[in-house]
Amino acid sequence: MPQKTIDEINAKIKSGKSVVLTAEEVSKMGREKSAQEIASQVDVVTTATFGPMCSSGIFMNFGHADPPIRMQEVTLNNVEAYAGLAAVDVYLGATQTDPDNPKYGGAHVIQELIEGKSVHLKAKSTGTDCYPGTSVDTQITKDSINELYMYNPRNAYQNYPVATNTTNRHIYTYMGSLLPNLNNATYSTSGELSPLLNDPEMETIGIGTKIFLGGTTGFVSWQGTQFHTTKPKNEFGIPLENAATLALIGNLKDMSSEFIQAAYFEQYGVSIFIGLGIPIPILNEDIAKAVMIRNEQIETTICDYGTTGHPAIGRTNYKELQTGSIKIDGKKVRTAPMSSIPKARKIAASLKEWIEEGEFTLSEPVQAFPKGTSLKSLNSQGDK
Amino acid sequence: MKKKYILSFNQDSVNKPVTYDLIKNFDIKINIIKANISADEAGHLLVEMEADQENMEKCFQYLDENRVEYVPAENRIIFDQEKCVDCGSCTAVCFAEALTLDPETRELQFHPEKCVFCKLCTKACPLGLFEIRFNE
Repeated sequence: MPQKTIDEINAKIKSGKSVVLTAEEVSKMGREKSAQEIASQVDVVTTATFGPMCSSGIFMNFGHADPPIRMQEVTLNNVEAYAGLAAVDVYLGATQTDPDNPKYGGAHVIQELIEGKSVHLKAKSTGTDCYPGTSVDTQITKDSINELYMYNPRNAYQNYPVATNTTNRHIYTYMGSLLPNLNNATYSTSGELSPLLNDPEMETIGIGTKIFLGGTTGFVSWQGTQFHTTKPKNEFGIPLENAATLALIGNLKDMSSEFIQAAYFEQYGVSIFIGLGIPIPILNEDIAKAVMIRNEQIETTICDYGTTGHPAIGRTNYKELQTGSIKIDGKKVRTAPMSSIPKARKIAASLKEWIEEGEFTLSEPVQAFPKGTSLKSLNSQGDK
Repeated sequence: MKKKYILSFNQDSVNKPVTYDLIKNFDIKINIIKANISADEAGHLLVEMEADQENMEKCFQYLDENRVEYVPAENRIIFDQEKCVDCGSCTAVCFAEALTLDPETRELQFHPEKCVFCKLCTKACPLGLFEIRFNE
């Protein structure tokens, strides 16, 4: 059985001799070649996704004013940023909204900063002996401030349920506009291109993995929030619902709005499309087998978003979903994606090019993710 | 020729049997897709009209004489396609199939001639790229 190390692959990348395929290309190749052949012929497979993910945001350090201020209430274009950190450090969440315009929020500010636009910063403070300043009202850009980095507590969901609506009411959700009476269904992942569906056991992806994030290099910083590794799996090792996630970090100053896009979901709120790509080193036959996964093998659960608790009402796969309709209870139901395949393809192709040209080498995870995790729920009433 | 138009009626023309006249006098094959009369009695019709060139010209002359405004329906649809990220969310609600995804490229295909002005896409697009005006 062929075995490779990341060092060996990196040596090939540096000499410009690495063989890199996108996840779609390797899935196609897998129809004709065995996992053993692929393991010996392919060094890296690039995966990607471009979908809306609320759990995103940016850390910023504005630099000190004269007199210095310990910022307590901070807004950027009238969108509140969390200032409960050091004097001029804040975190701006993507879903925080402008109280005067619920369709504009942190995601839009993030996009404008990436595009080099000027953003209105207002800050207030009660003033302290060491930070006597009490207010700031100025304009900033990505070039006028110190650190500006994206930190996403949750991204790259490994699979996600299909959303539909059996009730007689049109509902607006983070999974889009769901028409009454099972008249449509929406789905989210990029299927066979999606990072964590190509390495379902996270053999090669872990803390410290170097990735493509928003058009530049980023890193996996931790397991994402709601990291769940014990969901039921199908015979191909694919979890049938939303399972593992990744926390990601990257320099916003180097990102491009081609791969980061603010969004507003009707009656739900502001969110943000994040473009990310993860390279998978083909170290052995097992990893080769995992990246050969095809859309028809990637199954997911159909959930009724019109009913409390979103109960499961069926199962389908990404090949069926991508035809534009699926059958639920014998009824033909229109399907539509929430994440962009053309963008994901572009990211997988860009990352492939970076690696082929020797610009992007692979990193060994510093630490593997925890195993056997599940989720706790919240008792909303507490103990009285 | 076959094309969709939005006909706009004022308080005088709203009470005339315009559709009947168009069929009877000019042999227009007319399909009423959407109709609305507002509180101020201004009315709007989205119609698909089919006729030969000569009859269409007569039809427009008749509409002018009766002070019924007509604009090609496509002129009332604005889609900022350059900003589209091809997420496909709009295709979830477009039953007229004016918005579809190419089965191979997965890019959004827009066919404005198929639009029936239901406006569901204006709320389904997370980037707010659609503006569709029927009676506004």
